[in-house]
Amino acid sequence: MSRLLVRNGRVIDPVQGIDESLDILIEDGRIAKLGRNLERGADAPELDAEGLIVAPGFIDLHSHLREPGYEHKETIETGCLAAAAGGFTAVCCMANTNPVNDEPAVTRYIMEKADRAGAVKVYPIGALSKGCRGEELAEIGEMVEAGAVAISDSPNPVANSLLMRRALEYCRSFDVPMIVHPQDELLSDRGAMHEGRVSTRIGLRGMPAAAEESVVARDILLAEFTGGRLHLGHLSTAGSVAAIRAAKARGSRVTCEVSAHHFSLTDEDVAASNYDPQWKMNPPLRTDNDRQAIIEGIADGTIDAIVSDHAPHHRDEKEMDFADAPFGISALETAVSLALDRLVRPGVIDISALVRLMSATPARIVDVPGGSLAEGSPGDLTVLDPERTVTVDPASFVSKGRNTPFGGVTLQGGPAATIVGGRVVWQR
Amino acid sequence: MGIEPATVLASKDLVGIAGLEAGEIQLLLDTAEQLLEVARRPIKKVPTLRGMTVVNLFMEPSTRTRFSFEVAEKRLSADTLNFSSSTSSVTKGETLFDTARNLMAMAPDFIVIRHPNTGAPHRLANVVTASVINAGDGSNEHPTQALLDAFTIRRHFGSLDGLTVVIAGDIRHSRVARSNALLLSKMGAKVRFAAPASLLPVQVDELKAESYLRLEPALEGADAVMMLRIQMERQKKLNFPSMREYYDFFALTPERLRLAKEGALVMHPGPMNRGVEIDSEVADGDQSVILEQVTNGVAIRMAILYLLAGGRSESAAGS
Amino acid sequence: MTERSGEKSSLVRVLDREGIGRTLARMAAEILENDGDGIVLVGIHSRGVPLAQRLAEILEAVTGKKIPLGRIDISLYRDDVGPWRPAHSQPVLKRTELPFDLDELVVYLVDDVLYTGRTIRAALDALVDYGRPKAVRLAVLIDRGHRELPVAADVVGKVVRTSRQEDVQVRLLEFDGEDGVWAGTEVADGD
Repeated sequence: MSRLLVRNGRVIDPVQGIDESLDILIEDGRIAKLGRNLERGADAPELDAEGLIVAPGFIDLHSHLREPGYEHKETIETGCLAAAAGGFTAVCCMANTNPVNDEPAVTRYIMEKADRAGAVKVYPIGALSKGCRGEELAEIGEMVEAGAVAISDSPNPVANSLLMRRALEYCRSFDVPMIVHPQDELLSDRGAMHEGRVSTRIGLRGMPAAAEESVVARDILLAEFTGGRLHLGHLSTAGSVAAIRAAKARGSRVTCEVSAHHFSLTDEDVAASNYDPQWKMNPPLRTDNDRQAIIEGIADGTIDAIVSDHAPHHRDEKEMDFADAPFGISALETAVSLALDRLVRPGVIDISALVRLMSATPARIVDVPGGSLAEGSPGDLTVLDPERTVTVDPASFVSKGRNTPFGGVTLQGGPAATIVGGRVVWQR
Repeated sequence: MGIEPATVLASKDLVGIAGLEAGEIQLLLDTAEQLLEVARRPIKKVPTLRGMTVVNLFMEPSTRTRFSFEVAEKRLSADTLNFSSSTSSVTKGETLFDTARNLMAMAPDFIVIRHPNTGAPHRLANVVTASVINAGDGSNEHPTQALLDAFTIRRHFGSLDGLTVVIAGDIRHSRVARSNALLLSKMGAKVRFAAPASLLPVQVDELKAESYLRLEPALEGADAVMMLRIQMERQKKLNFPSMREYYDFFALTPERLRLAKEGALVMHPGPMNRGVEIDSEVADGDQSVILEQVTNGVAIRMAILYLLAGGRSESAAGS
Repeated sequence: MTERSGEKSSLVRVLDREGIGRTLARMAAEILENDGDGIVLVGIHSRGVPLAQRLAEILEAVTGKKIPLGRIDISLYRDDVGPWRPAHSQPVLKRTELPFDLDELVVYLVDDVLYTGRTIRAALDALVDYGRPKAVRLAVLIDRGHRELPVAADVVGKVVRTSRQEDVQVRLLEFDGEDGVWAGTEVADGD
């Protein structure tokens, strides 16, 4: 029997309403007992969590692990190790690999690779359409049977409204959520940043907030009409947050997420970067008004989850001019610290709400085990040090992708240890 | 608006009007004024940049700007190397930084860059020791064009302060319009953009310009009118329906020109689409300074090269 | 060159206002004696320009003939500016005006101080880009020695013996609000 005792941490489990100093005993990969002064038993390892926060493992709903096909950017192994170092015990990986994860063989390949990496859990997301091309449905049922937990063409939008409707309807038979990247590509008109005051000032092509908001509105209406499970990916605008708030107020089941960089940075940071593509991401960094609206949405519960939107790229790919460089940042190793520094430290939310946003609700959205410390739950724990000072150093990233706009930024709070199935997979 | 000319340029590069102070613009225009004279000499060449190397890196087609730079470089006795997109390796997937490192291995003193994407000169300037001169980047800036336009206007009016300049055409995608608006407003002139909103950027006031949705009201009281080239192939018939309709509503015709001040200057950065944005009668008329712009372009580019060739301001010692 | 009237006491005045006037008159006489009135005067920026102007006025008063006057800026011909040169920023360009055909003329270059000879080298290079004068001569108010190039003046107002560490300041009404020439060591440089 394998055991691990995590001692003296401040245990937070919003699902059970726990916030107190407790020991946690994990046996055979599952939570066996919570209590005070637990006996670890003979020669079982122990982790002293005095002064630390112990939470159910964080689950990232939105990551790009790049394998198969783009191993120069990231492999499943390096992505898993980066996730562990970033405080995540599980990641859901997007289907835009090469070949695309649009059939069960690719789904199984990803899961096998993840097993071999032996760090965090990987939940593949199957493609919505063949080749993520937005033309015909992929073999959704087969992929779900092979282990896919959700369906998505992200980062490709679903331009065809009829395909969107059919996908929402079809997914109901397999009870998986559809994660969308809400963006009207034509309206985005090859933009490289948010279209507004700053894009006009610095002369970069912009994509308007309306390109996101119009699709958010369409997809909410289609989800309500079809009864499908819709999860809106990485929302970035005030209008999107307002649309979700209104939908939820009328009883819609739709859920949504935001990425850590969208509550941390704005388009003014793009201007200050002097055209550095490390600040180029999609959705783009928006205005401060949008950033504030996202923070309000997090505070009032409109936003269901915080994700990394980890999109690693090779160094060469960002040594381009802004327009030619690809979108995205390497985010698994900064998302948790950003959430602690930008949301918990200033009191936007408390730590229990953060655990809900990064563990409990993500588990519920994709319907995977975890998100709670109830007896019998997976022995997956994220241990946080709220006092730790983190200075982001891209050169020391575990991820192959060192593309981040946060290099040199100092944040307060960060992961201290990551435990998956009762095994410490990363410790500071 | 009394603008005291600077005595040196603060930066090693000239990547945009956005980074220039009014005094530096004044210095550039004053210097160009003196350099105009070189073109009138029997020997149109001075030894100022002897032994210095200029790389002209044109990653987007250009005839006028490239020729203008080359003439300026040759009149200052610099050695010139020309790379254009068809012959360079940039198109073969080399990164911008690789290109920069390769260029620096040839030890140029200047890199003149024209690039289809915004910000490329700025990125390049950060990683090379050579002086980078922006010859047009994406839809961002074309600072040398704006300087030569301002120079042309100033030669006619003596000063830019208080003038009203109309810029008409595809403002949204025009680096000429952006650089001109930034420059003219810094020098005390008022800028009016005239175009249908489908050709205007959002939040135009960020560029210190007023926008007009029709050409006629913009022309009233204007001292100079700058028409931009309309590139139909870029419009995909989404921004306006046809050349004919554009001409009917937005071209500078003799009748419309009469709405501007008497003797208002007619300008065009070229190449012109006669009969689309500008009527031939206007383009070739008395008020047209289009060919002066070309002549002045050489003097402005000489002025930039001359001023950037000196030591940096922080290391400038007295003589 | 800055206004340093407070420090002028450390310098010795070698010419006052009247002295400059007398010197220029003598220089004009020498020019006439050498070449007659078939000449043009070209002042080298900055202080050569008003000196050429004053010489022309004297010559015109004596001969009753208009003496053509030009000005030349040698900034484009300097040998000491550029990134690899001893840290100089570019001089602000001034107007070059040679409103006559140089060919077959005797050109008098006029400057305030002849020192290393480098300015004159640059001025000669500039002149030949404008034409092929019959002869080029040099008139300077002060010759302070220490030539670095084989250059000699044809007409010299006053020879002032200096060391290289010393300074010669020509101050003219047109620029400095007073006329006078001072020579000596500047105070408070520490070295």
